[in-house]
Amino acid sequence: MNKKIQVLLEKYNSDKTRLMDMLWDVQNQQGYISEEAVTSLAEGLNMSPLDIRETLSFYHFFKDRPFGQHKIYLCNTVIAKMGNYEEVRATLEQETNTSFGNVDDSGTFGLGDANCIGLSDQEPAMMVDHVVFTKLTAEKVINVISQLKQGKTAVEIANPEGADSKYSAYINAMVAENIRTESKVMFKAGRDYKAIQKACLDKHPEQVIMTITESNLKGRGGAGFPTGLKWKMGHDAEGAEKYVICNADEGEPGTFKDRVLLSHSPKDVLLGMIAAAYAIGSRHGILYLRAEYWYLKDYLQQQIQDFRDEGLLGKQILGTAFEFDIRIQMGAGAYVCGDETALIESCEGKRGTPRVKPPYPIQQGYLGMPTSVNNVETLAIASRIVEEGSAWFSAMGTDESTGTRLLSVSGDCDKPGIYEIEWGTTLNEVLSMIGAVNAKYVQISGPAGDSLSVSKDGERKFCYSDLSCNGSLMVFDNTRDILGIVRDYTEFFVEESCGICVPCRAGGVDLQHKMERIIDGRGCQQDLDEIIQWSKLLKGTSRCGLGTAAPNPILATLDKFPEIYQEKLIEQKGPLLPSFNMEEAMSAHDLAYKHLVQEDAE
Amino acid sequence: MIVKITIDGQAINAREGDTIVDVAAQNGVYIPTLCYTKGKPCLGTCRTCSVNVDGRVMAACTIPVREGMEIDVNGAEITDMRKALVELLFSEGNHNCPSCEKSGRCELQATGYEVDMMVSRFPYRFTPRVVDHASKTIWLERDRCIFCQRCVEFVRDKETDQKIFSIKGRGTQASIEIDVDLANKMSANQVCEASDLCPVGCIIDKTQGFDVPIGKRKFEVKTIRERALEGTHR
Repeated sequence: MNKKIQVLLEKYNSDKTRLMDMLWDVQNQQGYISEEAVTSLAEGLNMSPLDIRETLSFYHFFKDRPFGQHKIYLCNTVIAKMGNYEEVRATLEQETNTSFGNVDDSGTFGLGDANCIGLSDQEPAMMVDHVVFTKLTAEKVINVISQLKQGKTAVEIANPEGADSKYSAYINAMVAENIRTESKVMFKAGRDYKAIQKACLDKHPEQVIMTITESNLKGRGGAGFPTGLKWKMGHDAEGAEKYVICNADEGEPGTFKDRVLLSHSPKDVLLGMIAAAYAIGSRHGILYLRAEYWYLKDYLQQQIQDFRDEGLLGKQILGTAFEFDIRIQMGAGAYVCGDETALIESCEGKRGTPRVKPPYPIQQGYLGMPTSVNNVETLAIASRIVEEGSAWFSAMGTDESTGTRLLSVSGDCDKPGIYEIEWGTTLNEVLSMIGAVNAKYVQISGPAGDSLSVSKDGERKFCYSDLSCNGSLMVFDNTRDILGIVRDYTEFFVEESCGICVPCRAGGVDLQHKMERIIDGRGCQQDLDEIIQWSKLLKGTSRCGLGTAAPNPILATLDKFPEIYQEKLIEQKGPLLPSFNMEEAMSAHDLAYKHLVQEDAE
Repeated sequence: MIVKITIDGQAINAREGDTIVDVAAQNGVYIPTLCYTKGKPCLGTCRTCSVNVDGRVMAACTIPVREGMEIDVNGAEITDMRKALVELLFSEGNHNCPSCEKSGRCELQATGYEVDMMVSRFPYRFTPRVVDHASKTIWLERDRCIFCQRCVEFVRDKETDQKIFSIKGRGTQASIEIDVDLANKMSANQVCEASDLCPVGCIIDKTQGFDVPIGKRKFEVKTIRERALEGTHR
């Protein structure tokens, strides 16, 4: 067996649930995951090599063949494409002497596309070997590539001052935080974490749960499940072990608030995890960090270490019997892992396939044990509620939607970035805050969310009973091509479908094709009617939120901007759809005849 | 514990925790399934058993019955959804029943009849899929795979408990794979079981051909509906 793999297996005790970490270690050492590595891992883990490949082939950033000494991923979201994306893309291809999806002849550069990498307020942006470059221009690309050619590492270029990756200077060298509002709940400076945790541990776990319940905090990931109730269920659930997982797989296009929370106030998040662990009785926490945020990893590891050094994590925390520690689990590029059960599968070293529910994670989650999966923002807020009390929190926002929420704002506005708003704020108020003058269309909660027409929805409020935004807010002015945006979003869901269930895997493609037909001006009313019917099928029968959300961009824009669809439709004459091309259909027959009959005869 | 539920308006007493699909069958209501295997962990991949539970569409094989559930199986809209799912499978893969070894024993074909499918409403995709015939005893006819995951989850190497079948890639790029070394260790009996477990003609036993004449094959002598209702299908 390969020596390096043997060392790896020892490092992880040949525990197959740590396969994600092992695959990353192999790729980081060798540049890609070779056949030999797969065979050795399989042997060491008593798995068939194809079983290893099940996991390996699921994730966008794992490569089973060489993908260049430097792996470059350019973000290709709708927001990225609003600026000088095409120029940047062309320059990248020119400078690296290869095309997207390929490696140059010398094996130096691999070019790939990436979905949202959490930098929508500073696009175009790219990842190079685990670090990022933002606000790209042709000149910047030329500069970066030429330095790489001279033998500099991506880290040296992105971080010319040589800041230590354990500290925030390293992150700030690469990305801007763009926090645009005064702190209300999030980003509070100068917190005494030790005192807050001491006060928390002085209470009974049920009292902590009661405080969270009374605050009426709801999960900020999107589903809006009451956090207090989740912790209560976790507390009451039976299990030899219990787990707390922080979902930092912030993949919804347009969202980047978790990145900013994790870099600006990481200890708020860690403290929230500790409070959750204390509440439900867990000893083990996992922070699932998306691979796109690799440049936060060492920093977060250091933050965890700080807490250990201060006695806030580890055994006998602050002199009590309470024991809890946190490990970071890196993702590897899969939007679907934002689903909590898919995320758990990934933590167990498997494909990020959403599980069948019930049972829910709070009953049977990680390794079959009760698991509380909470969003980064939820945990940060929980740490503040534990500190200030439920009344303080619920005084903000509305009766039903208490407190504040972070918005990640991008697109056509003067001041993209992070905004903390109280629930109850209207869309118009937000638009004026961010300096969006000619906004026509706003996409909230990412492609999976809702499409708003500024003229129709301006006075609607952000709250769980109306605009229950998950934090992503993308603004488009009246010069933007809405149907083009919808096409992009629809394609996104096809690309990110895990394929486990029929409606999402197969139906998503049909929906995409129909949409293309309409956009190309080859569709008629019947095509549009079928889009609506097929959307119902996906929404109703898909296994997880990805499939049920996949038709949203179409349905919501069709509702808000019906005229842009109607303008595209052509009239159907006769029984055949106008898109049916008789000549093309017949030519296929001719081709088949040629291959099957004539060539045989010859 | 016994709970009271209704299926299509019919009041039914059921054992709490039994899945909707089983309870329905016991009470004479057929719900089509393709990935479900009674007594095995639920896979929930095909969604063909979708029914309406208290106003929400759910896969009947994944949901245990609870007191007061109102289940709509044969309403027009939900019936058409199940039909559409079967049609999706026909247009996604390449299913040529007349030339298929599994014809008459194929659950997809039999279910197609049960949901009254004539032709798929979705455009046939004719995706090229490559056959894998490297194993000595199994012919993996990928054209017909519906990604039910039965073989992935339930067929294991007897000695090491390793997976013999697996999925590679995701979404539209996914393909079913076979570990040739492990497959070659399978006993004739295990090959036969795997082939039988496959709801379609994807896992084909190389040693068996068209051994039963047309008209006498499994679902021709007794339909999949009849088998499901008497509890002898799976």
